[in-house]
Amino acid sequence: MKCRKCAEKAVINMLQHKLALCKTHYPQWIVDQTQRFVEKYQMFTPQERVLVAVSGGKDSLSLWDILWQLGYQADGLYIGLGIEGGIGYSDESQRLSEQFAHERGLRLVTVDVEGEYGRTIPELALQTYRGKGKPCSVCGLSKRHIMNRAAVQGGYDVLVTGHNLDDEAAVLLGNTLTWITGYMLRQGPVLAARAGMVRKAKPLCRFYEREMAAYALVRGIEYIYDGCPHAVGSKTINYKELLNRLEADRPGAKQSFYLSFLQAKEYGFFRTPDPEQAGSQEIGADGKLLHPCPTCGQPTSSGGECAFCRMVAEIR
Amino acid sequence: MVKLILRKEEFEVKAGMTVQHTLEKVGLDSHSVLATLQGELLTDDEILHEGDVIKLVPVISGGRL
Repeated sequence: MKCRKCAEKAVINMLQHKLALCKTHYPQWIVDQTQRFVEKYQMFTPQERVLVAVSGGKDSLSLWDILWQLGYQADGLYIGLGIEGGIGYSDESQRLSEQFAHERGLRLVTVDVEGEYGRTIPELALQTYRGKGKPCSVCGLSKRHIMNRAAVQGGYDVLVTGHNLDDEAAVLLGNTLTWITGYMLRQGPVLAARAGMVRKAKPLCRFYEREMAAYALVRGIEYIYDGCPHAVGSKTINYKELLNRLEADRPGAKQSFYLSFLQAKEYGFFRTPDPEQAGSQEIGADGKLLHPCPTCGQPTSSGGECAFCRMVAEIR
Repeated sequence: MVKLILRKEEFEVKAGMTVQHTLEKVGLDSHSVLATLQGELLTDDEILHEGDVIKLVPVISGGRL
């Protein structure tokens, strides 16, 4: 198969775009498309400071690589979760993130969960009510809190993550199966800033996961192949596999599912439950009014402290 | 024969088939893995030859593959 843009051998064929590209034109296409999506969804501008959440995986390191090539002021944030899982998962992901930053002369901010809170994520999962049998719940909550805190304290305009289209479609499928419309309302390429919460953006949300893996390989980015050992058998991975089976039969199905959802949102299919009652106050994904957590200041819909501060208080 | 390597697993299949057909023979597909030969990515229509050693790169982090 030949590259659409030259006579060279193609390294990838994207059936949903009817586009095959070679090892020179493919990474350039990814960079150009990312810039297009950053502008289309008004994610950030060249004048703004960007914090990239990096995990040592293909998506986040590729995203940082793309933003670096595009000339954005993008620093990295690595969160040390203390996950061993028999493969030294956190140590290896930190090493790869540091190596990536060093090779490109980029700034990497590191937050160590155990150093700050006295427990690793697996320990927090074992010792807290929230974590009982659900380490991913503790991990997600902690990462969201720490990422936002680091972005706010560092004076960044936007926090970006490496979520790809498969990630977004899998979350959407999960929310659709249970019709959690509050979460659907908040799902999208950009989540606007609110009091105590920095703007969030997902510049890779229009690329398939295999396209990001291919980009990392073509660019020679060394990343951790193994996913988090706690994620094996998770619902998200199950949904991704289901969607891939659909994609195999009908190329473009995943893309259509996600883009149609974004369009439906734009048409107002998902709305805040009771906008009149809310007035000018912000509403959370659960439909309740948001207020600042008295301990950390981040917005929460719970009566008192936010879920993260309550979890930390539990172990203290 | 063609050798396929996926993490610690190895498969052997007949030469002369496309990447897509070869992956199907061992119960895989190109949405789940990327096929590489000597570090170069292969498209689905590429014919695999006798003695090729194909390294398969899992696409889904943390997936069954």
